Amino acid sequence: MTEPVISVENLTRRFGDFVAVDHINFEVQAGEIVGYLGPNGSGKTTTIRMLLGLLKPSDGKATVLGYDVFKQSEEIRARVGYMSQKFAIYDDLTTLENLTFYGGVYGINDKARIQHTLELVGLKGHENTLTRDMSTGWRQRLSLGIALVHEPKLLFLDEPTSGVDPTARRAFWDLIYELAEGGVTILVTTHYMDEAEYCERVAVMRDGKLLAMDTPTNLKKSIITGDVWEVYAHPLERGLEILSAMDGVDRVGLAGDHLRVISQRVEKDAMQSLLSEKGISVEKIEKGEPTLEDVFLSLAR
Amino acid sequence: MTVLVQATNLHRNFGNVHAVDGVDLNIKSGEIYGLVGSDGAGKTTTMRLLVGALLPTEGEITICGYDLRKQVELARSTIGYLSQRFSMYEDLTILENIRFFAEIRGLSSSEWLPRSMEILEFVGLDKFKDRRAGQLSGGMKQKLGLASALVTRPRLLLLDEPTTGVDPVTRQDFWQLVIKLVSSREGDGVSVIISTPYMDEASRCHRVGFMKKGKIIIEDTPSNLRARLTGRVLELRGNPINILRHVAHEDEDVEDVAAFGDKLHVRVREGKSDLIMQRLPDEIKSAGGVLTELRAIPSTLEDVFIALSESNND
Repeated sequence: MTEPVISVENLTRRFGDFVAVDHINFEVQAGEIVGYLGPNGSGKTTTIRMLLGLLKPSDGKATVLGYDVFKQSEEIRARVGYMSQKFAIYDDLTTLENLTFYGGVYGINDKARIQHTLELVGLKGHENTLTRDMSTGWRQRLSLGIALVHEPKLLFLDEPTSGVDPTARRAFWDLIYELAEGGVTILVTTHYMDEAEYCERVAVMRDGKLLAMDTPTNLKKSIITGDVWEVYAHPLERGLEILSAMDGVDRVGLAGDHLRVISQRVEKDAMQSLLSEKGISVEKIEKGEPTLEDVFLSLAR
Repeated sequence: MTVLVQATNLHRNFGNVHAVDGVDLNIKSGEIYGLVGSDGAGKTTTMRLLVGALLPTEGEITICGYDLRKQVELARSTIGYLSQRFSMYEDLTILENIRFFAEIRGLSSSEWLPRSMEILEFVGLDKFKDRRAGQLSGGMKQKLGLASALVTRPRLLLLDEPTTGVDPVTRQDFWQLVIKLVSSREGDGVSVIISTPYMDEASRCHRVGFMKKGKIIIEDTPSNLRARLTGRVLELRGNPINILRHVAHEDEDVEDVAAFGDKLHVRVREGKSDLIMQRLPDEIKSAGGVLTELRAIPSTLEDVFIALSESNND
């Protein structure tokens, strides 16, 4: 096995008495696509900042691309790419001008390399488009290009496709998969489960601790051990109250025109008869599939 | 059931651009209607036409029985609107912000005060009423936005991409509030129109309209929309996933391939599922890959969205 791209051992960061990141451990291999999830304030960003060498850990060990985050943060920063939603693209510059500018920041003046990056993110033919005239999806491709111009081996993506539709998101992720196939390692933070589903492994943080890290499929299996039921009942809100109070029900949520029930041991017939008994009309109860959102909600609460 | 929104043949041009190009909407009370579509499909323009912030180039809108052109004040008094960039006064407290929104909507203090408390309790901000808006978390700000939109007790709530940038727990809470709002007043209840680029949100709506190039190209319940692709989405697992992906891409009856971490979702041409399920294992084997699982799976709204976006491209 080759050396992991990211290796984190008991990594900890305190701010005064507050433990923002609390003894976390994980490894990421080359070419992996890993999602990093957690509610606001869970320690996600602090972790990423330590891995980028922007913040000194209080305790523990971490290496990124073989470099020590305590001592070699400059080596790390020169070899990683970072793309954020809040990334500044100059609106009154063209695509090519933006790339050339940011390339220059990294000391890249090679025109062929800039052209190659343009092609890679599918912006060839749009070199002279002013970025303010581009759609969100295209701007995101440009941000990705800017993060890739120095050919990093590790790429951090912060909510990369927030606000774009599924088609643009799919196209973006096709690019990410191609990069990963070429050996680039990808770490993604996101609030959107639509996006997390694209990752090979997903980590969930809460209160500074790493609660789980596994493939989406395994997380659904290991965290949501009960059954998921979709209950179509009328009136919905009364149904919610009754099922929430029902013995053995773990969680009930409103899902538009039906209720989503997660339970270890309550069967369909029991819900059906309890609801009917209380005067709720039940249209149907169907078996549902656990989602990453279910996983997230049961870990994050 | 009462019809709360009736829009007929709506058009809105900006110069030569047909931002909204013949939209019809018919929304009943108690309904949550999702408007989905790409950037620039016309979602926000449609929302702005419905609140009366923009005049249609052509077409009629009736809100709660009021003609939006002729009875604009009456129509607007029935609407609550939460825009993408909801603004609040950071130096004012929660309660002061709500008071401000209530007063510009013409509510007297004997009306707004009890109502505000009721709404703050509903959204879970009653304990924080004296906190300054500038000191609220993202989720609390969003709830304050919702509370401000609800203070006039609207019959119609318009939410324009309301959960951009908030975490899943907060989004879940927000949705629970929206669904409660609608289901608690059945019959003469509230309707909600929400625009979103997220399919997990769209799937929580009662009906969804897909917008493309200013038109609603299809409109139905999430389950009926999903049924359009029944049997046409296959899930593949195996190693290495990249070989599986390339093989699937090459197959002429495959319309779309998406990698989802440790698995692939493949959309196939109508009527070709069985054929493909027979030949894919061999194709993958001869390319040097191992297929461990191949099965038809229920389609998602995301699959449907992508299929629709492609089909109307020509």
